[in-house]
Amino acid sequence: MGIFDFLTQRNKNTANVAKNRLRILIEQERGMRDAPDYLPLLQRELLEVIRKYINVDVDAVKVDLHKDGEHNLLDISVALPEKES
Amino acid sequence: MAEIIVVTSGKGGVGKTTTSASLACGLAKAGKKTAVIDFDVGLRNLDLIMGCERRVVYDFVNVVHGEANLKQALIKDKRFENLYVLAASQTRDKDALTKEGVEKVLNDIAADGFDFIVCDSPAGIEKGAFLAMYFADRAVVVVNPEVSSVRDSDRILGLLASKTRKAENGERVKEHLLLTRYSPERVEKGDMLSIDDVQEILGLNVIGVIPESPEVLQSSNSGNPVILDETSQAGMAYVDAVARILGEDKPLRFTTVEKKGFFSKMFRS
Repeated sequence: MGIFDFLTQRNKNTANVAKNRLRILIEQERGMRDAPDYLPLLQRELLEVIRKYINVDVDAVKVDLHKDGEHNLLDISVALPEKES
Repeated sequence: MAEIIVVTSGKGGVGKTTTSASLACGLAKAGKKTAVIDFDVGLRNLDLIMGCERRVVYDFVNVVHGEANLKQALIKDKRFENLYVLAASQTRDKDALTKEGVEKVLNDIAADGFDFIVCDSPAGIEKGAFLAMYFADRAVVVVNPEVSSVRDSDRILGLLASKTRKAENGERVKEHLLLTRYSPERVEKGDMLSIDDVQEILGLNVIGVIPESPEVLQSSNSGNPVILDETSQAGMAYVDAVARILGEDKPLRFTTVEKKGFFSKMFRS
């Protein structure tokens, strides 16, 4: 701890931190707002199935619903772990 | 035609009931015949903030169930002769209110020549909150400059745009933010989200900014809505908010740091 640490402490703008966190979170939640209720469950079950075969992280499966013209597009992406060698 | 205003927020404790009581008093004082209804079934509190808790005989649920008529249940305010309170019931039955029942009560109040019906929503996004917003023409979303309140407000705005009668008919509920417990000093220090921050995140403008002030608690203590304390900043800010609801153009007050002299700094309680 330096003696001038209190200066940097003082300048910590937590309001900005709050603003940035909220921006990201709310954008994400708005995207899910019109999505069907089954999406989180679908995501969870997909994850379970994939994990039977591949050891992936909990956030490896992303399920998004997009509007593509007149169609709804269910976009499922799975991030596979890097090859162990 | 009565205009139905829901005061809602998602999060609890941000000042919905304080706001409902003050807006109702302000509208009545402006000459509008106003009813304010407590939708928080099971946790009645509006009566206390309005100072009529000892005069509740019949409540909202009694009227919905036909156990009392509207005239019996509407409590006439002692300060304004054109202001009435409909208290929530203390029942624990969450299904005591129905959409049809609420609609009938609102229609009956409107038919009685009321100009405004203020619906004080319970916290949360369950049935009571849903019913409070369903028939609204206008929504005042009470928000604190704080992360969880802002997030919940966005959730509520989503519901207002989809789960209301207006939304189902392809119209929009007129939405406003009311920022409460605002502290310009803390905003200046970078400790608190600013008015612009909240407006930008939620994509909506404020209809009022109520500064954090000790008079709000004092007013609750005595059962006199803070808007009636016209010497307090919070009271004056509510007066402005009511004027804006009625279509007046008022600049925001008490949203910047007051430059204080040394002595007032020392002696301000």
